[in-house]
Amino acid sequence: MSVPGAVATGSKRNYRIERKAHFDPLAIVGGTDTRSFMKAKVYVTLKPSVLDPQGKAIKHAVELLGFSGVSDIRQGKYFEIAIDASGNAEDARADAEKLARDVLSNPIIEDFRVEIEQ
Amino acid sequence: MKFGVIVFPGSNCDHDAYHVISKHVGQPVDFIWHRDTDLSTYDAVIIPGGFSYGDYLRAGALARFSPVMNSVKEFAAEGKLVLGICNGFQILCEAGLLPGALMRNRDLHFICDHVNVRVESTDTPFTHELKLVSVLRMPIAHAEGNYVCDDATFEELSRKQRIIFRYSDPNGQLTDAANPNGSRDNIAGICNSERNVLGLMPHPERACEDLLGSSDGRELFRSLAGALAAAA
Repeated sequence: MSVPGAVATGSKRNYRIERKAHFDPLAIVGGTDTRSFMKAKVYVTLKPSVLDPQGKAIKHAVELLGFSGVSDIRQGKYFEIAIDASGNAEDARADAEKLARDVLSNPIIEDFRVEIEQ
Repeated sequence: MKFGVIVFPGSNCDHDAYHVISKHVGQPVDFIWHRDTDLSTYDAVIIPGGFSYGDYLRAGALARFSPVMNSVKEFAAEGKLVLGICNGFQILCEAGLLPGALMRNRDLHFICDHVNVRVESTDTPFTHELKLVSVLRMPIAHAEGNYVCDDATFEELSRKQRIIFRYSDPNGQLTDAANPNGSRDNIAGICNSERNVLGLMPHPERACEDLLGSSDGRELFRSLAGALAAAA
């Protein structure tokens, strides 16, 4: 059994896997795949016109903590995607934007932004 | 007439829907696993409540990619009846079969309660045997039931009488206090422009037995069966 980023210890009957410290799942995407991957970062945020009750609740907690300089907090989602880098960065960006538009965000209520890290 | 109840991983009101169709409507009904794609033998399908795919990403967002959903789109385009309840409503919105989206409840809580819902239109196969502006008592159980849409969509829904249910008080007054989740204009259920696809957050299938506190939901299923019988 080969789990990248993991070390097997013990006998076969008593098999267990110890995760290495600071295990980064993105570092192993593709497994034994030898292609190189680049990282797409996708930020999904609520459209400005959409109320964000979670952000409001967080802001309230922040105020209770004594921060007075915070005027607004909006909660969003962040995705890291390992994308095949055998093409060029523009192709990777186009793929990531399609993913962000079709799956990761709901265009009725959310906007998204994509960054490519080589 | 034959009914189908679609089952996704995480659906949990599928058996309630099945029970209502077999016991109260008295018609044949099948469970349809989400990987099946043949809906040709059915006259109506129900997308039941639950937590398909654990509500990961957004409620209903991943179920939309299940193989059965392409078949549901074709099924709806043929004019056959599709009823989405709770998570089913969320899935229909994510799939683009109904407009708008269902967001986190205004007060952030998961709400499990009985609510009053006013019938806003009887011009659908699902509600034609109901009384206009009558009040039905049905349970809700959701964290993402806050209906939102843009102004153009809202105007279209209003003008074409596509808002089918609104949260109200027991007397049928549309008050803010009667709105459990902050939905725009107290919207609890809407239909598509062809009026053969209905989505609603309350659970009519869980309001079909007096023992469970309400049997108001039966009328909706009777309407549905009556429409299918008339069309046959």
